[in-house]
Amino acid sequence: MTALVANAGPSRWWRSRTMRRFTSHHLALLGVVMITLLTLACVFGPHLLPYDSLYIDLRARFSPPLTGYHYLGTDPLGRDVAARLLMAGRTSLLVAFSAMLLSTMIGTLVGVIAGYRGGWIGAALMRTVDGFLSFPSIFLLLALAAALKPSPAMVTVIVAVTSWMEVARIVEAEVRSLREREFVLAGRMLGLSGAHIMFREILPNAMGPIIVAATLTVAHAILLEAYISFLGYGIQPPLPSWGNMLEGAQQYLDSAPWLAIIPGAAITIAVTSFNFIGDGLRDALDVRDDRV
Amino acid sequence: MVASIKPVAPHDVALSVRDLTVNLPKGMERAHAVENISFDLKRGQILCVIGESGSGKSVTANAIMGLLPKVIHVSSGAIHLDGTNIVDMPQDKLRSLRGRVVSMIFQDPLSALNPLMTVGAQIDEVMAAHGVGTPKSRRGRAIELLTEVGLPDPELMYHQYPFRLSGGQRQRVMIAMALALEPTILIADEPTTALDVTTQAQILELIREIQRRKGMSVMFITHDFGVVAEIADSVVVMEKGHIVEQGSAQQVLKSPGHPYTRRLIAAVPHLTGEDRVPLETADKDPILKVEGLMKTYRSGSSLFSAQRVVPAVNEVSFDLAPGRTLGVVGESGSGKSSLGRLLIKLLDSDGGGILFEGRDIAKLSEAEFRPLRPRVQMIFQDPFASLNPRSTIGHILTVGPVAHGTPGAQAREEAKALLTHVGLDAGAFDRFPHEFSGGQRQRIGIARALMFKPKLLIADEAVSALDVSIQAQILQLLDQIQRETGVSMIFITHDLRVASQICDEIAVMQKGRIVERGPPSQIFLDPQSAYTRELVAAIPGEQPGTTRPVAANG
Repeated sequence: MTALVANAGPSRWWRSRTMRRFTSHHLALLGVVMITLLTLACVFGPHLLPYDSLYIDLRARFSPPLTGYHYLGTDPLGRDVAARLLMAGRTSLLVAFSAMLLSTMIGTLVGVIAGYRGGWIGAALMRTVDGFLSFPSIFLLLALAAALKPSPAMVTVIVAVTSWMEVARIVEAEVRSLREREFVLAGRMLGLSGAHIMFREILPNAMGPIIVAATLTVAHAILLEAYISFLGYGIQPPLPSWGNMLEGAQQYLDSAPWLAIIPGAAITIAVTSFNFIGDGLRDALDVRDDRV
Repeated sequence: MVASIKPVAPHDVALSVRDLTVNLPKGMERAHAVENISFDLKRGQILCVIGESGSGKSVTANAIMGLLPKVIHVSSGAIHLDGTNIVDMPQDKLRSLRGRVVSMIFQDPLSALNPLMTVGAQIDEVMAAHGVGTPKSRRGRAIELLTEVGLPDPELMYHQYPFRLSGGQRQRVMIAMALALEPTILIADEPTTALDVTTQAQILELIREIQRRKGMSVMFITHDFGVVAEIADSVVVMEKGHIVEQGSAQQVLKSPGHPYTRRLIAAVPHLTGEDRVPLETADKDPILKVEGLMKTYRSGSSLFSAQRVVPAVNEVSFDLAPGRTLGVVGESGSGKSSLGRLLIKLLDSDGGGILFEGRDIAKLSEAEFRPLRPRVQMIFQDPFASLNPRSTIGHILTVGPVAHGTPGAQAREEAKALLTHVGLDAGAFDRFPHEFSGGQRQRIGIARALMFKPKLLIADEAVSALDVSIQAQILQLLDQIQRETGVSMIFITHDLRVASQICDEIAVMQKGRIVERGPPSQIFLDPQSAYTRELVAAIPGEQPGTTRPVAANG
């Protein structure tokens, strides 16, 4: 019966089918829309707003949202919250994306080598992964952040170093099962080098889970960055990030709650959207019920 | 013919299918899984439904069981089970029929049994689900059933988990489950396809014997005309969702009317007792000489538990002349696939020597052997798994030669020429594996192996996953290639009939050892070892020495 189901579609049918499945996942589409809007706003928004994010207007301190042109109000120094929010978004999203790229690369490299080589190399690599996982990541994060000079690049590295293990485990499991497939044996029969088989033959077949894991890592990285910045070890003022905006807001929770609510909402929207996209991709790329 | 008007099926018909049409969802290669099919299963008979993959035979069986997937449904027609129409019957009524009136045996006994339940509990469950008997009487009945299907030590078997049983034993358990409620109709969907030939013979014998003893009606789905010749009373031949021919087994096998049936019967590989005309080659020195080759699998850590040591290849020696084909036959677990992988060094041997063109390659490291890899190539078993789904055919063919230093443009030229040579369009070059059928993919696999113009080809079950008509074409292609290029071949297969078609010499393997080696005439007509005799006797539809021809050319 399975043979009946195999259809002779146009080339690259898996793309169109994957797309169809993704677009039928409404929450994932919502996530894509939200992230696109958020990114566009962060890129172009600061130029369109009447106030610079660093402009201090002490006469307008603690203006609530919708005061004059301060759409989202002002902070204790009279800076425009909307401008700061979007500038902070640039930092936070950039750090999160870069951290995702870095951690996905490290995780994929470790996972592919450990999964394909197996034996003592695989065991050593995966035990390293276990070692990293056995540290409470927040403490590792804070210890690193306290010891190193916190610049955006350094925060990126710190976040990446504490979040690559999940990707490594997913990739390792995937590669270990792909390694037994006959096309890998065929690659060896043709005399291809180990690196060629690992990265040119096996890796493209493991892209689905990697993409899903990468998307979820962005969400995780946004949270981690907010976390360390909130605790004062991350992005340092005056450079705004969503996390350090929250930090600045905590003593005014009673008098000026919007200072906490607005960056908090930005973080929540970004993280939730990425999680939705990740779920959608997971469903769309899961080809286990198809014939590959 | 309007079937629903027909009051009750005649008394001697157990199952009657009338004008059954089953729709496929949109976007499939055809609109109907089966269209307008009608047939009858008479009481106390075995009806074989035969067809190649995609012919709709499994869909028919699932429709009768009411087990079609949600996206596929019966659009018209009637199915009368013991006189009751079950099309559009509510699920709960249908469920009470299943198991009681009609029961099914599946192809893969491993995935059809629950790995976490004992054999006894699973048989018990069938009866409990229909509210039959008390726990005590059910237990007694289960043991009785296990005895009936010929399992050794039924009392002990009752408490075993499926993983402890062999494939044949698992299929016996499935049969016991199917028989638990004494159904009038038994549907068997390729029940022996996943089994070894000797086990297949036993299971066929068991089904036939039970059918006779209980006067059951059996609908037996298969793709193998050999099996049909063994057990069928009547036959239904299906092609692409249509019944092209039906009639008594005698009539269909002896004088098939439809061209498709004739083609199928002709494509069934037959044992030939005749030896192949060997290819004349100038060079008489063996291209491959294997001496005392050993491979042992070890599993389980010696630290925590006793190591399990399984000798997969044990003291195997043979030699192969240029331009000849050596068949390696054996049942699963005989070590024939391990042997193939040792020869091409996809596995490392534990002892012995492999002299390829006079040089011992057994002890070479991977790096030392890499320059020699182009000379020894392999054709893999599974045409679906052996091609990288994310690579184009062009990439699959050229990646090897390019890695060994052939310029890209030249490799592409050669690949296109070779595609035409193996019977594909050169336009296949830019397409992906999923766009091809099983047989076409296997041609791509062959083209890949030929890109290097190898001296030795190892074909590991290269035609086992294919339909018989495709199988015959691929065998022909391999034969033609050998005659053109003078390549030597090692042809690994579990199917003696296939081996007899293409091999100059056959080595029979059992438990890692070669028990007999000789030309096909000796192996099939005058087997020297008891095991070979057993294997030859178990081939369905053919009994050398008795007069029971399968078809006109058999």
